[in-house]
Amino acid sequence: MRRVNRDQKVRISLTLNGRKVAAETEPRMLLSDFLRHSLAATGTHVGCEHGVCGCCTVLIDGTAVRSCLTLAMQAEGREVKTVESLAGADGKLNKLQQAFQNNHALQCGFCTPGILMSFTDFLARNPKPTEEELREVLSGHICRCTGYAGIMAALLEAVGPDKTNETIRSRS
Amino acid sequence: MKPRPFDYVRPDTIEEAIALLAERGEDARVLAGGQSLMAMLNLRLADPSMLIDIARMAELDGIRDLGDKIEIGAAVTQNKLLAWPGLANKLPLLAVALPFVGHFQTRNKGTICGSIAHADPSSELPLSLALLEGEVMLRSKRGKRVIAAKDFQLNMLTTARAPDELIVAVRFPVMAGRGVAFREVARRHGDFAIIAIAAIVEDKKTARLGVGGVAGTPVVRRVAMNGAGSMKDAIEQLASELEDYEDLHASAELRRDLLRNLAPIAIEEAVKCAA
Repeated sequence: MRRVNRDQKVRISLTLNGRKVAAETEPRMLLSDFLRHSLAATGTHVGCEHGVCGCCTVLIDGTAVRSCLTLAMQAEGREVKTVESLAGADGKLNKLQQAFQNNHALQCGFCTPGILMSFTDFLARNPKPTEEELREVLSGHICRCTGYAGIMAALLEAVGPDKTNETIRSRS
Repeated sequence: MKPRPFDYVRPDTIEEAIALLAERGEDARVLAGGQSLMAMLNLRLADPSMLIDIARMAELDGIRDLGDKIEIGAAVTQNKLLAWPGLANKLPLLAVALPFVGHFQTRNKGTICGSIAHADPSSELPLSLALLEGEVMLRSKRGKRVIAAKDFQLNMLTTARAPDELIVAVRFPVMAGRGVAFREVARRHGDFAIIAIAAIVEDKKTARLGVGGVAGTPVVRRVAMNGAGSMKDAIEQLASELEDYEDLHASAELRRDLLRNLAPIAIEEAVKCAA
């Protein structure tokens, strides 16, 4: 049994983007704050802090979750991946990121890290989704700049040609 | 927007968890997926002195086929059940209802039992449990208890669970037919439902209708389908009986109107699926 009292500080370790890291936390610290403040992984953004906006979405053991609705303690010993894991060591964007750049799928970029992580999980499970399925996953994110059209175009480019997507492709 | 301090405990066994609940009672909250509880902690709507984290407990992470019932452990996430190969055959209502529960990202962590424990009146899973006449399995140091869905949710965010009890699983009866439908009206997909309507075909003459978001608990009625006027009358009767449940999203009158219009559509769809 793991027990940490309210005023106690403990050192926890986890794997962040393939690297074993450790830092001090207290029970009430959110994973989003732990990543940004304790591990300096500021690619993960914090918007609403109650699970609605999706900016803070990260992968825990490969699964996209809200890091603001997760305690740092809950990620102890787990494998966490953030937006910093996507580009190559040389800074080359991955396919999904490149599709976002190609299609002007971001303006201020605040919501982008969360969206990229959601679709990193979703597309790994469903490499050939329908447009409707992409929209359903995107509904878990709020973007106030793009109107979502550029994001949908980027997602469709990233998943590649598919007959069900003909309509939107011919429009763009 | 940060939680107040609390003790964090991650027990390894059910026995450890119920010992903690016996000791702390109402001051403790059980944390599974946290998709409602963590938001409430961040907004400081909940202020427990201890969180008991059961999310990693392997003995609670199972989906068991008991023949006439499917038992879903307290750590099973909504997406895990959605990906369960037997879902469409054994629990077709949940196969159509689960996609309405939050978003892909919250279903990755949110649990079936957690949603039922939270007992939000507009929530899809308590509605499904009530409509299918399932049951909630509880454990405490005092023993085991099984509560029928209709006796479990008492009111908005209030259940029959005693402070020292842990929900270890819920059981959904296996459905014989495939006649199910689920409809929902919400501001955006994944938002809290203004009204949620579930229908299942019981036999050739009867449909069971479940309505969420219009009262403190899900409302379940049997509706006779034979005779042209009888179904319409039964729905009208139900609409007139509803308490005046309103919030900033919809007036009681709008909710009644939505019920009058959507209930026949849901029943018709369920009948079509059954054929």
